[in-house]
Amino acid sequence: MELQTLTYLVVGATFALYIGIAIWARAGSTKEFYVAGGGVHPVANGMATAADWMSAASFISMAGLIAYFGYGGSVFLMGWTGGFVLLAMLLAPYLRKYGKFTVPEFIGDRYYSRAARIVAVVCLIVCSVTYVIGQMKGIGVAFSRFLEVDYDTGLLIGMMIVFFYAVMGGMKGITYTQIAQYCVLILAYTIPAIFISLHLTGNPIPQLGFGSTLAGSETYLLDKLDQVVTELGFAEYTTQTRLSTLNMFVYTMSLMIGTAGLPHVIIRFFTVPKVRDARTSAGWALIFIAILYTTAPAVAGMARLNLMNTIEPTKGENLVYDERPQWFKNWEKTGLLKFEDKNGDGRIQYTADKTTNEMVKVDRDIMVLANPEIAKLPNWVIALVAAGGLAAALSTAAGLLLAIASAISHDLLKGVLMPNITEVQELRASRIAMAGAIGVAGYLGFNPPDFAAGTVALAFGLAASSIFPALMLGIFSKRCNKEGAIAGMIAGLSVTLLYVFQHKGIMFIASTSFLGDMSPNWFFGIEPNAFGAIGALVNFAVALTVSRLTQEPPEHVQEMVEHIRIPVGAGQATGH
Amino acid sequence: MAFKNEEDRKAYWKENLSLVAILLVIWFVVSFGAGVLFADALNSIRLGGYKLGFWFAQQGSIYTFVVLVFVYSKKMGDLDRKYGVEEDE
Repeated sequence: MELQTLTYLVVGATFALYIGIAIWARAGSTKEFYVAGGGVHPVANGMATAADWMSAASFISMAGLIAYFGYGGSVFLMGWTGGFVLLAMLLAPYLRKYGKFTVPEFIGDRYYSRAARIVAVVCLIVCSVTYVIGQMKGIGVAFSRFLEVDYDTGLLIGMMIVFFYAVMGGMKGITYTQIAQYCVLILAYTIPAIFISLHLTGNPIPQLGFGSTLAGSETYLLDKLDQVVTELGFAEYTTQTRLSTLNMFVYTMSLMIGTAGLPHVIIRFFTVPKVRDARTSAGWALIFIAILYTTAPAVAGMARLNLMNTIEPTKGENLVYDERPQWFKNWEKTGLLKFEDKNGDGRIQYTADKTTNEMVKVDRDIMVLANPEIAKLPNWVIALVAAGGLAAALSTAAGLLLAIASAISHDLLKGVLMPNITEVQELRASRIAMAGAIGVAGYLGFNPPDFAAGTVALAFGLAASSIFPALMLGIFSKRCNKEGAIAGMIAGLSVTLLYVFQHKGIMFIASTSFLGDMSPNWFFGIEPNAFGAIGALVNFAVALTVSRLTQEPPEHVQEMVEHIRIPVGAGQATGH
Repeated sequence: MAFKNEEDRKAYWKENLSLVAILLVIWFVVSFGAGVLFADALNSIRLGGYKLGFWFAQQGSIYTFVVLVFVYSKKMGDLDRKYGVEEDE
């Protein structure tokens, strides 16, 4: 069957499955809309968390970035998994014990202040919307390739589907759908990796194949890769650092702390029956995530090697442009891959030198989707990858939109501005909020600040600098009070936002950047994507200092902290 | 409060904190230590085709994280029972 037809068929079938589940599990009450009735098994919850977590950034973008950054790409691998260790040990069990719906609700109660709750809502919206922009980039890439249209059209169609999809169900629908989405995306990710690993090294397990010798040779795959890229003037794959060791350190830390501070992931731990389950849920989620994250570096390295071999099949004999493979032509249509014959020899030169390089545009975000085609895998595998990419983008976008919607309707409207609205009105408000968020993120997604994974990294930085310290201090420091937490959140978020905006532009609109996105202007050479860790440090420092200088929290709040520190007596999650 | 006395409450929290501290030290060493700060030095050692620092950054740290979370979950369960603050079945 032809590739295009097959792709429509596979993508159509998986969508029918998700929508079917969403309708079957339609949320009736606000409680079900937000937290799925508190009755989800840890393994199921872990799987759904994994789907929620692994977005277009993980699925579509990450391996492409690693393919270009080599060792430097490790920041994403360590950052996006190591954060779960922090989440499991420092936040999840305690927030579950506390037993409410949303992150701002906890902050509002713990810091006995509506102002703190509102500040938390603002922080949450800023980082979630940034995150959705990253997803929109991924969705745009996936749909443009899948429908063979340009990026902007792909994005527009994607936005409409996300809207329909997220507004339909709530958490309950999403939880079951996300389990299905996890299965689709993990198969879509690992099957091509197994094929490629088998083909290149004879070992079907990509994690092992990546460290093995090439089939029919004594040379290790990684040594060959290092040799191929350095010959063309690129940095050595296994040692190329991302700017500097300090930058890598801070970047990784920022992603880790951000992981533990992202509201749409934290909200997941409210849905398990017990505190004990919150601890194991994080472990299960991490296992399901690790399957993809340990495969990704192999996908990245092998894709890079295959790409290099396609362009220069034998030494000195570069690919003739007119004989380029079909995948090359398809991606040219999306505008995400561009060739320019600079020396007029009709062949493709791909080098590190800007003046002679003829692959003038290779959007990193196309690598994973193009990978099975580059490796000449069967058509059904290529179709499956398209379905997996869409599953990843949709599941995360839906989870994020839900977090935004609950922050606006539940925390801002019901909690502060209009306490008397009915459940029906609250549900309606949350659906309107979702639509608004899709609109804003989609609009900004036409000119995203970075590749999908880079944009998402910014969102993590914002979460790291604002939400995580307030939550952690709320549990581990009885002395931390309302003044400290509010000052800390505002300081952390402002420092990070200012740093990001002055380099990336206000609201990421590049023309409004007043310093230009240039490394000489960076503070100690730390790139904006990595600045969240510094913001978090500022937040901690300000919160602790201000708390010391002001009155200690009232008795009942200190008792509440004692209460959430032990598992016994955790009821179901409640909202009122 | 479910504790028998104030000492128990303090002891429970202290044991909890020291468990988390130990696990977070390991967390730090495998990722920031072996994967970032000492990656260059470790790269002189090979694990098959992998250079060791590179392996920690792209594989080893992730495996360790999974183990850490499950060890934490198990140990905390034991600790809850020791002090009688576990949840009802």
